[in-house]
Amino acid sequence: MDDIRFAKFVILVNGLLPLVLMARDALGGNLGANPVEFIIHSTGILALVFLFLSLAVTPLRKVLLLPWLVKLRRMLGLFAFFYASVHLIAYSGFDKTFNIPAIVEDTFKRPFITLGMAGFLLLLPLAITSTNGMVKRLGGKRWRLLHRAAYVAAILGVLHFYLQVKADTRLPLLFGSVLGILLAYRILNRFLPQFTERAPARAGAPPR
Amino acid sequence: MLIKKREDTAGDEITDKSVYLNRRTFMRGAVLAASVTATGLVYRSFTSPGGSSGKKSEPETARQGAGGQAAVEEKLTALEDISNYNNFYEFSTDKGGVASKARKFVTRPWTVAIGGLVNKPREFDIDDLIKLAPPEERVYRLRCVEGWSMVIPWLGIPLGRILEKVEPNSKARYVRFETLLDPKQMPNQRTGLLAWPYVEGLRLDEALHPLTILATGLYGETLPPQNGAPVRLVVPWKYGFKSIKSIVKIDLVEDQPVSTWTTAAPNEYGFFSNVNPGVPHPRWSQARERRIGEFGLRDTLLFNGYGEQVAGLYSGMDLKANF
Repeated sequence: MDDIRFAKFVILVNGLLPLVLMARDALGGNLGANPVEFIIHSTGILALVFLFLSLAVTPLRKVLLLPWLVKLRRMLGLFAFFYASVHLIAYSGFDKTFNIPAIVEDTFKRPFITLGMAGFLLLLPLAITSTNGMVKRLGGKRWRLLHRAAYVAAILGVLHFYLQVKADTRLPLLFGSVLGILLAYRILNRFLPQFTERAPARAGAPPR
Repeated sequence: MLIKKREDTAGDEITDKSVYLNRRTFMRGAVLAASVTATGLVYRSFTSPGGSSGKKSEPETARQGAGGQAAVEEKLTALEDISNYNNFYEFSTDKGGVASKARKFVTRPWTVAIGGLVNKPREFDIDDLIKLAPPEERVYRLRCVEGWSMVIPWLGIPLGRILEKVEPNSKARYVRFETLLDPKQMPNQRTGLLAWPYVEGLRLDEALHPLTILATGLYGETLPPQNGAPVRLVVPWKYGFKSIKSIVKIDLVEDQPVSTWTTAAPNEYGFFSNVNPGVPHPRWSQARERRIGEFGLRDTLLFNGYGEQVAGLYSGMDLKANF
């Protein structure tokens, strides 16, 4: 196993770990007094965390000069989609008993559901076009443009979280701040790349 | 990383390679173990389901209602759930995290000052207050504004029995309640999360209604701190946040008190806050509820099922406008 494949294996194991822990707690009856609320809440947070990790790949690989990190991005993004799907299925099943008209009504009536649903629908085409074949079919330029929607999905996800809490907005605001930093980096990178792109050390440069 | 294998390598060099590969395997194992530990810890810190052990005592079925007039024939919520799933923002906004933060809460000595528009204002020592009337067990549904509910066997005294001791005068129209303000014991009171101390209010006729109690116990035992020890209000036909905890002050007043949640979000939490499936919270429906201990949803009942006893308090009132 080469290093990249090992790194992917580490992401795979760590990405599945929360699911395994949750399943273990569920089987042992250790999800607290309101297991349904716990599952919906936790998978929502996990979806945001993995989405943020996937968005952090580009800044990190440039700042840390580790270009190979990009090879881990797809798996991180797919984990975000995976947890968002579990989140949506848990809400639809436990809270709405898979009653489609009720879900549609909720989506149009409750702004925080509208935002969450929109965020999920945006992730859907990104997951579908995540294969190598789809990158080729779309062409790199169009593919990259499409996958910028990940930022929009992240904004929608954070707003969805913010509107859902009753009074303690600290955690959603923390997520919002992290997203703000990620977005600020991309904007800075676009307009002032001299501050964000570290020049790779030239061959033969004297050691510092 | 490319490891070249040379056919002409001497025997000792091959040993070197296996040592190298072993070290590599070891390093990878360490990286994997460290990352799994870190992820596990982050997962646990981010999402705490609370202290419920999973070994729940079999809940009893309801024993008696409010003097026969509001008997709840539903299964009691397990004590482990009642005492590990709490909205008590003074300690924590994480319902599973309140119990551990409230464990050392000091409830003795404790006084409750009852005053305002009364003839005989008085400071009650909590132990004297409890003895004002024999404690009654009241099995009530509790419906939280968040959409979950419980069935709780409280131990308490009708609030009316206490208010009659201080003799409200003719100007008194409302009752205003206040929670203890003690940031040393209640860590979130150091934040601006809500306007502290927590304030709630009732119309005088609501406060005097026989269903309204001051609770001092739960399941036949002293009230745990996380449930509002040493004394809390219980108004079973209103959303849970109206049932203010750890009360130190009760005032009879002329004007409608402004409660803490109304201050926080006036369009979401009104003064009456009667349980009503027909009046949605601006951000979510109130039509159904999840009973703690059950997976499915139940239909929410108008006045939380206590309409027969309390609907008369609101006859002719527009419940949508007065949410």
